[in-house]
Amino acid sequence: MKLSLGPSLFFWPKNDVEAYYQQALTSKADIIYLGETVCSKRRELRAKDWINLAKELASNSNKQIVLSTMTLLESPAEIQTLRRLCANGELLIEANDLSAVQMMHEQQLPFVAGPAINCYNIATLKVLLKQGMSRWVMPVELSGDWLRTLLQQAEQENIRDQFECEVFAWGYMPLAYSARCFTARSEDRPKDDCQYCCINYPQGRKMDSREGERVFILNGIQTMSGYQYNLVNEVPEMASIGVDIARISADSEQAFTMLDRFGKQLVHAEKYPLDGVEECNGYWHKIAGMSVA
Amino acid sequence: MELLCPAGNLPALKKAIDNGADAVYIGMKDDTNARHFAGLNFNDGKLAKAADYVHQHGKKLHVAINTFAHPCGEARWRKAVDNAVAIGCDALIIADLGILDYAATKYPDVGRHVSVQASTTNLEAIKFFKNNFAVERVVLPRVLSVQQVRQLAKTSPVKLEVFAFGSLCIMSEGRCYLSSYMTGESPNTAGACSPAKYVRWQETDKGLESRLNNVLIDRYQSDENAGYPTLCKGRFEVDDNVYHALEEPTSLNTLELIPELVKMGIASVKIEGRQRSPAYVEQVAKTWRMALDRCAKNPEQYQVEQAWMNTLANLSEGSQTTLGAYHRKWQ
Repeated sequence: MKLSLGPSLFFWPKNDVEAYYQQALTSKADIIYLGETVCSKRRELRAKDWINLAKELASNSNKQIVLSTMTLLESPAEIQTLRRLCANGELLIEANDLSAVQMMHEQQLPFVAGPAINCYNIATLKVLLKQGMSRWVMPVELSGDWLRTLLQQAEQENIRDQFECEVFAWGYMPLAYSARCFTARSEDRPKDDCQYCCINYPQGRKMDSREGERVFILNGIQTMSGYQYNLVNEVPEMASIGVDIARISADSEQAFTMLDRFGKQLVHAEKYPLDGVEECNGYWHKIAGMSVA
Repeated sequence: MELLCPAGNLPALKKAIDNGADAVYIGMKDDTNARHFAGLNFNDGKLAKAADYVHQHGKKLHVAINTFAHPCGEARWRKAVDNAVAIGCDALIIADLGILDYAATKYPDVGRHVSVQASTTNLEAIKFFKNNFAVERVVLPRVLSVQQVRQLAKTSPVKLEVFAFGSLCIMSEGRCYLSSYMTGESPNTAGACSPAKYVRWQETDKGLESRLNNVLIDRYQSDENAGYPTLCKGRFEVDDNVYHALEEPTSLNTLELIPELVKMGIASVKIEGRQRSPAYVEQVAKTWRMALDRCAKNPEQYQVEQAWMNTLANLSEGSQTTLGAYHRKWQ
């Protein structure tokens, strides 16, 4: 099983992004995803900057570099930017919306179907394979059992060798996308006057219940899990059912430590007790996502 | 512009037709549709009766098969398509790519509408559905502004349907896992958001508390109206500030947009609420019929009547309505 560093879902200053990915080159990740997936107003790096950074990373390492693309695309300008990314001519694309699937299919190029593409069953996998999908990232809300069944069906239908399977295995999970910017709202401003305030919250804004229970993280138009998903103890099971890649979601605090830890798990699995206050693994075990099994 | 009304049972369907709906949408009595609530929806016998009633009145029936098929249950989704076609439905509303593929291959002549749950918000995504499944209509999620809808309507190769009235889902539909994160049951796979079996009400010293799977969603003082604890409409704390961090309990109401939607060439305005009562469907259908007819007669002079607004506000969550994402400032 390989390890990937997922795209940073947060909004960071350009210098920080560049420094982060230099560090990523020395990390345990075999695959690095980068690019803006949440909000088109985040322009510290524009499309050409992302492409240049990705190409530079690709030429300086033997890691696979993948350009991740936006999830909720609403305007022609956003589609233009997506087109520029998809036509980069060199790098693999992670499609997080069917618009990107459409563009990659037109160019007859392979793509990664990201976690925001709703692919829940074998019939949908086949549709995406026909479009050119080479890797499938499972939607975060699905369980280990669901995945096992699906991968077995792919074996039976002789299509399992046509795609790699990746699982979001660590980090704050992207759970929802809205027209509304919740970070701007938290500062009592409309989205059109957001003043790019996401940049002040490099790990998002915490939203708790009135009893102090951590519920969600507000990250612009995206709502994330309040707890960090952690499948470190499920690494052997993931490997045994045929998961090809475990994704560690980029964050500014722990992602590199987690890449080390997951890397060690692949060699010699140990049990790490989860801290139920900050972590969760419920989805994998078919219970509430925020729970710990 | 078609008025498309919801029905969770036969009495509601009859009210919709009798009060001016051009078409009605319904779902099966299982997890193949996104309003999978106890006591709601249509079994095979009722499905046939629904089709008869609608067609006797010269109207149209759309069947929503708009959740995502389980790996061990694909046969159930395919059977739902077969049954809907067998009773002569006029359109299938589908979200799952695999099920769309099945319907397009097996029943090329039965109209396919892309469900709002498929989260289709731009021209390229619309092209994807048209090229692969020859869909005749796309239902837009409640995340686009009026300007964005107008732009899409100008260029879309297929007809567009928009949400006009009802509960306001503020997330891009089909891409919201908040409910499964909290309860383990997903609208995408189980067909219900914030399911009733996880709801608990409790009178406490601090006020009336509503919980979803034990997470405190809201707490009401005696002078406040308590609403159903849909998890995105509760009050939460962000850095010591307690407020409706995601959205207030409110409903979408777009009566004032009717002339604009007509001008854009929107094919259909959809009323949300298959889970609501026949009386609700009757009131909403009647009000919207009046408004649409008024606009058709004289679009330049069209004005929203206060009486219509009052009727709809009384049927709305928290007695409040909003233009939602159609209005940029809401965003």
